[in-house]
Amino acid sequence: MSDRPSPSAASGERVQLKEVFKTFGVGTANETHALDGVALEFAAGSFTVVIGTNGSGKSTLLSAIAGTFRADQGTIAIGATDVTSWVEHRRARFIGRVFQDPFAGTAPTLTVAENLALAESRGLARTLRPLLRRAQRDSWRERLVAIGLGLEDRLDDPIGLLSGGQRQSITLLMATMCAPAVLLLDEHTAALDPKSAEQVIELTQRAVDRYRPTTIMVTHAMSQAAMLGDRLIAMHSGRIYLDVSAQAKQGLQASDLHALFSQMRREDRLDEATTAMLRAQYS
Amino acid sequence: MSILITTLSIGLVLAVLGLGVHIAFRVFGFSDITADGSFPLGAAVAAALIIAEVDPFIATAIAGAAGGAAGAITGVLNTRFKINPLLAGILTMTALYTVNLRVMGKSNIGLLGKATVFTPAESLLTSLVSGASHCTLLGRDVAVQDLACLAVSGVIVLICSVALWWFLRTEIGAAMRATGDNGAMVRALGGNTDRLLICGLALANALIALSGGLLAQLQSFADVQMGIGIIVLGLASVIIGQTLVGGGASVGVSIVGVIMGSVLFRLLIAIALRMGLDPNDLKLITAVVVLVALVVPSALGRVRPRPRRSMA
Ligand SMILES: Nc1ncnc2c1ncn2[C@@H]1O[C@H](COP(=O)(O)OP(=O)(O)OP(=O)(O)O)[C@@H](O)[C@H]1O
Ligand SMILES: [Mg+2]
Repeated sequence: MSDRPSPSAASGERVQLKEVFKTFGVGTANETHALDGVALEFAAGSFTVVIGTNGSGKSTLLSAIAGTFRADQGTIAIGATDVTSWVEHRRARFIGRVFQDPFAGTAPTLTVAENLALAESRGLARTLRPLLRRAQRDSWRERLVAIGLGLEDRLDDPIGLLSGGQRQSITLLMATMCAPAVLLLDEHTAALDPKSAEQVIELTQRAVDRYRPTTIMVTHAMSQAAMLGDRLIAMHSGRIYLDVSAQAKQGLQASDLHALFSQMRREDRLDEATTAMLRAQYS
Repeated sequence: MSILITTLSIGLVLAVLGLGVHIAFRVFGFSDITADGSFPLGAAVAAALIIAEVDPFIATAIAGAAGGAAGAITGVLNTRFKINPLLAGILTMTALYTVNLRVMGKSNIGLLGKATVFTPAESLLTSLVSGASHCTLLGRDVAVQDLACLAVSGVIVLICSVALWWFLRTEIGAAMRATGDNGAMVRALGGNTDRLLICGLALANALIALSGGLLAQLQSFADVQMGIGIIVLGLASVIIGQTLVGGGASVGVSIVGVIMGSVLFRLLIAIALRMGLDPNDLKLITAVVVLVALVVPSALGRVRPRPRRSMA
């Protein structure tokens, strides 16, 4: 644990994408330019919200950073490290990730404690030591108490017995417990009921405040897009067509976004159908 | 009585096969049928080395290692070359048929009169009963040799299952369990799932080959045909065990289930044979048992959903 940044230290690292392309189904009828020359820089410790229509490439953007696949072209760097050629599990030492599916982030037949323990050794070499060591239990218990869902007494239950909201809260805990350099959140509250969603958003805000990872969050919820983060990016057809930074985003409301969409329509940067879709989605 | 003891010994030896099948099918959810080749590989290697006067314990260990290599090959075929699990297993298994023939130099080897891993215990027990070849147990006459085999099989199963139980709770072992559960999560946490699968299949087939090597010594012969349908036999133990202890059982309880399943299945077969079942019908019966065991719980499951899938 000694080689880990201390929990209170800011852990964020700059993320830099240079002209990243990713095309799915090359040469088929379904050829899709999911990322079409994306150039972006996320400052260390910044919190960016990504919006955009379905299929606009938001998830692909996060996957490109996480290394789920290799970009066809372009480079990706985290801090001073060029990770373009790194496979996903190698990049994991930098990255915490939460998916839309609340069941995607945990291993159902393993206990809550075992899931936490696996997350605690993120990016470290795994050994033949027992996974569960008594010394860690108290710290996990504390963290579970902190998320306030009464899960501290369920350390030894298979995590598959927990509800989606509970599992997503634990996934978020697992993604942030090692103070990742980058935190990738892909519509991580979309599958939850409003109350659980609110809880998870609150946990997200707390974790971000505590560790200051470079956070990139995809959302379809207008309230989240307006309230959270210090930068807003909108994607369409694999491109960034809107980038609202710190000051401009202050006090941004749903109606402002609609105005923005309309303005972009007038400037002919969006076609009518897309504008309508965006309006409908972010209402 | 003697038949009972022999049956138990075989059941225990095949429980090691069951543990291997459990790792591939249950822990990884990987339909690995390499067993049909790696089980006779273990038998062939152990028998050939014992004939060559190698110490039987070393011979058995090498047999296990050979199985590990076979499992690793299936794992590499699947992960590196993206060949689907069944086909990868079939390729390895088919190749092993030739390897096994080459290792043995002929299609079978007899081990009668050779020292095996069971021999030291036999001599020990014989000296304990002052040289007699039979003794009375529970009022019945039993061969000391059979008792020794049972004891050795029991100890080997005990060692294998405790070691496996311990291993599956280490960092690497738990990562293997998580890989079968949710590979994407393991990769997101920095685990190399390809490597975990290759190592897991190596471990699984090492146990399977170990079981083959032990069975050859228990029966005093190795035959290149002895692997045919062995995967179904291993699956029978795993599935019967799972039915006994429940699908959501913990690591330790599942292991105990596999052992109980293997022994129980052997007993049932022994009873059936005694009641006049034609041994030629055995494979068909085994397949039917596995089919029933596969179909019945899921049919029940439709009525009573498994808690694991529940969402609140
Ligand atoms: N693995 C894949 N194979 C083929 N096509 C893919 C794959 N992943 C994504 N795509 C395609 O790439 C495009 C971008 O997909 P992506 O998942 O990034 O969209 P998104 O912005 O996350 O959409 P949503 O809001 O629906 O989640 C889509 O047209 C999608 O169909
Ligand atoms: Mg998406």
